[in-house]
Amino acid sequence: MCATCGCSGSAVVRLVVAGPADDQDPAGQPGHGHDHANHQGNPNHHDHADGHSHAGGHSHDHPNGATHQGDSGQLIGPAGTDRTVQLQQKVLAKNDAIAERNREWLADRGILAVNLMSSPGAGKTTLLERTARDLAGQIAISVIEGDQETALDARRILAAGSAVVQINTGAGCHLDAEMLAAGLRTLDPPGGSIVVIENVGNLVCPALFDLGEAARVVLASVTEGADKPLKYPHMFRQADLVLLNKTDLLPYVDFDPRGYAADLRKVTPDALLLQLSATTGDGIQAWYDWLRRRTPLRPE
Amino acid sequence: MHELAIAEGLVDTVTGRLPDARITCVRLEIGALSGVVADSVRFCFDLVTEGTNLEGASLEISQPPARCSCRVCGSEFEPDGPIALCPCGSAEITVLAGQDLLITSVQVA
Repeated sequence: MCATCGCSGSAVVRLVVAGPADDQDPAGQPGHGHDHANHQGNPNHHDHADGHSHAGGHSHDHPNGATHQGDSGQLIGPAGTDRTVQLQQKVLAKNDAIAERNREWLADRGILAVNLMSSPGAGKTTLLERTARDLAGQIAISVIEGDQETALDARRILAAGSAVVQINTGAGCHLDAEMLAAGLRTLDPPGGSIVVIENVGNLVCPALFDLGEAARVVLASVTEGADKPLKYPHMFRQADLVLLNKTDLLPYVDFDPRGYAADLRKVTPDALLLQLSATTGDGIQAWYDWLRRRTPLRPE
Repeated sequence: MHELAIAEGLVDTVTGRLPDARITCVRLEIGALSGVVADSVRFCFDLVTEGTNLEGASLEISQPPARCSCRVCGSEFEPDGPIALCPCGSAEITVLAGQDLLITSVQVA
């Protein structure tokens, strides 16, 4: 996918298993190149200036002489040859079907999968490092890392003692169910364990893609400002748990935790809100308890 | 830019269902609470249909409003933005409709 125009280029999703001797930086891999002038000359880009409009505000010409009839939106071909085929199918049906298979695969093995989402820099990796260290010997935790580039986070997780697979999405802005399926096959997590999927840092796109997780956790931080639930309602609406991180910095930033909780409730009345500091460990036991309550027993 | 992945999903779905048909029009329903921007899907649609049996097809998008119900007063209402609050002031709502992203039908030549 091209970062300039959003077009789909050659496949650039890369799956990297980080190891102690892994000094190779995947950023050095070849990217994709193409001529953006081609896009501007695309004959399919059509004109919206003719005043003709559809219900969705979209206007275009029908070069085959077809016309619209009444308000029904039915397109009638010049010789009446076009026919309508009813589909009534979800656009993301393919992703959702793979997500469902992931969910079954995880459930069969007694594995808790958590989709962890946040903006960049909220502290996802720091939280996971601490979680892996603190729960070592209690619950096996492995991590699937999603980033556009580099295996930097995977190395940090590995150093904290967890198995990890890094997925580099190239210019992609989210993980999808197929990427998770590939990550799970490579990771091969044990029964009775937790897999945390650290999604690409982004409060917009990951909200739409079911991966097959059992729970969605949104990590926010006091340094981002308190307005994020209202600004990114689609992300927060999907959350089962919202973690408010970096509470150790509350004395230094203009952030009202009570106002934050009230705004969050407007967007998602059912999500649980926990405040913690992944750096100092303050409040972090509640996060561990939440994980423990959801971790399946190891299947016999 | 998840609308690119949406547009790709749209092409995959249609070509999967109708692999041999020449598609002249795709009708898409984007719910008001779906989190998808119609203009971005339009932008991506022409790019991702190139070289497929949807190339040159028109894209008609309808955007049905959302419906919510209030768990406090029990009324049903249409939220006036992405943050659904009941006119009674309650935030305890359930989204009934408006999150769908659906290919309703296609026109085949």
